[in-house]
Amino acid sequence: MSANLETAANPETLRRVAIDPVSRVEGHGKVTILLDDKNKVHQVRLHIVEFRGFEKFIQGRPYWEVPVMVQRLCGICPVSHHLAASKALDAIVGAKHLTPTAEKNRRLMHYGQILQSHALHFFHLCSPDLLFGFDSDVSQRNIVGVAAKYPETAKRGILLRKFGQEVIRHTAGKRVHGTGSVPGGVNKSLSIAERDELLKDIYQMVAWSRDAVHMVKELHHQNPELYNSFGAFRANFMSMVGFDGGMDLYHGRLRGRDENGNVLFDGVDYQNYTQLIEEEVKNWSYMKFPYLKSLGREKGWYRVGPLSRVQNCDFIPTPLAEIERREFVAYSGVMPMHAPLGYHWARMIEMLHAAEMIKDLLHDDDITGSELMTSGERGFEGVGVIEAPRGTLIHHYRVDENDLVSMCNLIVSTTHNNQAMNEAVRRVAVQYLHGHEVTEGLLNHIEVAVRAFDPCLSCATHALGKMPLEVEVLDQTGQRLSALSRGGDGTICDG
Amino acid sequence: MSKANPPSFTLDGKTIPFGEGQTIIQAAMDAGVYIPHLCFNPEFKPHGSCKLCTVKADGRQTASCTQQAKDGMVVESDIKEINDERRALLQMLFVEGNHFCPSCEKSGNCQLQATAYELDMMSPHFDHFFPDRPLDASHPDYLLDFNRCILCSLCVRASRDVDGKNVFALSGRGIKSHLIVNAKSGHLADTDFSGDDKAAHVCPVGVILKKRVGFATPIGQRSFDEQPISATPHPVVKGA
Repeated sequence: MSANLETAANPETLRRVAIDPVSRVEGHGKVTILLDDKNKVHQVRLHIVEFRGFEKFIQGRPYWEVPVMVQRLCGICPVSHHLAASKALDAIVGAKHLTPTAEKNRRLMHYGQILQSHALHFFHLCSPDLLFGFDSDVSQRNIVGVAAKYPETAKRGILLRKFGQEVIRHTAGKRVHGTGSVPGGVNKSLSIAERDELLKDIYQMVAWSRDAVHMVKELHHQNPELYNSFGAFRANFMSMVGFDGGMDLYHGRLRGRDENGNVLFDGVDYQNYTQLIEEEVKNWSYMKFPYLKSLGREKGWYRVGPLSRVQNCDFIPTPLAEIERREFVAYSGVMPMHAPLGYHWARMIEMLHAAEMIKDLLHDDDITGSELMTSGERGFEGVGVIEAPRGTLIHHYRVDENDLVSMCNLIVSTTHNNQAMNEAVRRVAVQYLHGHEVTEGLLNHIEVAVRAFDPCLSCATHALGKMPLEVEVLDQTGQRLSALSRGGDGTICDG
Repeated sequence: MSKANPPSFTLDGKTIPFGEGQTIIQAAMDAGVYIPHLCFNPEFKPHGSCKLCTVKADGRQTASCTQQAKDGMVVESDIKEINDERRALLQMLFVEGNHFCPSCEKSGNCQLQATAYELDMMSPHFDHFFPDRPLDASHPDYLLDFNRCILCSLCVRASRDVDGKNVFALSGRGIKSHLIVNAKSGHLADTDFSGDDKAAHVCPVGVILKKRVGFATPIGQRSFDEQPISATPHPVVKGA
């Protein structure tokens, strides 16, 4: 049903309700809903209205600048872009295998990123909805409201995020937009003093992360009807898993499953991602719509991120998170969990895993080692993939013989989830808005569905010269004087 | 018989002795006092082009890199009037080129950036020119990013006066002035430029860059992470 809600038959006859901007998400997006005079929903779209252009302006720049430049795509998970770009460019400097110190410091940086981003998303952005109710008093439904009513929860969220940022600072040089990872390795390892500073608090972080999993789990158990059905839709899912099938957010192979959990593909080398994924352009969004080539546009769209990863791996290689994963899988039953609110539960399991990984890495002597760089035969093309907080992140570069970037393609996590997020908001629109008078509380239900995916809308709009565009010239009264539109194929036409 | 006191002047109230033929900035450097500057480098003849080192000497504005010190002179440098003008000069330098500090490998080691911090430059103030300046990556080991050129001519002077090669030159006039490479093709690869040249190591910004080593120095260990530019009379920039 919801697929039919992408484009209404007679939009000019319908009333338009816009949620602009969608709040408590990273970046700028809006949702438009077209309703008839009986408040029946005819069209729902999640639009990504901001525009970046990194794929274009990275061209012609020296390759060693790329990991630092592209991380400016985002202020929430810059480390993910920093590391994905570095991994891609390792191939350019011939670094097939990093030194143990380099790889472990990169991993530490990455798990710091996962920890801080997941904490930010859950505690700062989403807990107000979950703790107070989706249509609760809007003046209370924010992190300040949480701090007033649940001060211990808010404090833990803030300190968990702070700890993750300290891990990033010690490995990358700064909390946001550091320079620690370079093609071929890292420019620093952890000092003994830095390691000891982090060790002081890590056990508390593990404990608080486990409590956070229990808190979300409890919310599911208290209201299974809501949590299992809210915006639920069935979808394929994809993530990177380790070479042993376990959860590995830094390196591995691609695995995909269908909506029943059956493996669609496994062990795919991400260097060959273009054989797996195609991207479709639609004329109403700056964000592309990727799909699995083998299944085609209609059936090939998929979901990424925590909900996919926790159900796609065979196990989680840290004990506390593995216990929680098993309980999560058992709760879901025979079929995978498809409910968008399940993202929060899975996300907190990953946060616990990240905290445990940080603890283990801090106890590893390689983390303070001195062999930072490696190199080998010069390459000219590289693909780097990492499981960013929001899902699979793909960076692909070609570099010419003069060391300048000649091609860049980025498929970011939120882009993978584009169709899935649109599906979720359509389901919610039909479940909650259809036939009802629209209120702020009802509209917040739509935003709750979007937020569950933790979208990073800034990251997701990066292509220049390829995206469809509509330009309208209005007079001072708002009357349209003229319009131009460019299609996804680059053709430009009037009106 | 007591030896006569050496000649001196005052700089912001501090007595600065000087030797024969010394300029104000040279004497100040010898005394460990910082005067903001970009095109001046004590190893080369003064150029007097950036005007950052402008001071008030006996009430008259002058470039301290070209003004000879005089006994009894009263020099003012760290005063609002002069610093406001220096800041405006910096802002013009920033908008004339393409200075994207966030992704520049010279960040933390850049004299332009460090001087801007020193003078509390909080914004570019003027409209950006956004000039189109393609990179020259033709040389196997060095990259020229003209976007960051401030026309200090240090590379021109180093190549001509020390290396004896004349690899670099300034071309055009006024607002159209720009750095060029002396080769028929205009490419660095077609010159006898070498990484051992003095010119390879004098750029105060991020124009002349050794390839494939960007960001090797971690944040916290770069020249101006450790101390502000004013803490050393003439900065020794890492990676230059």
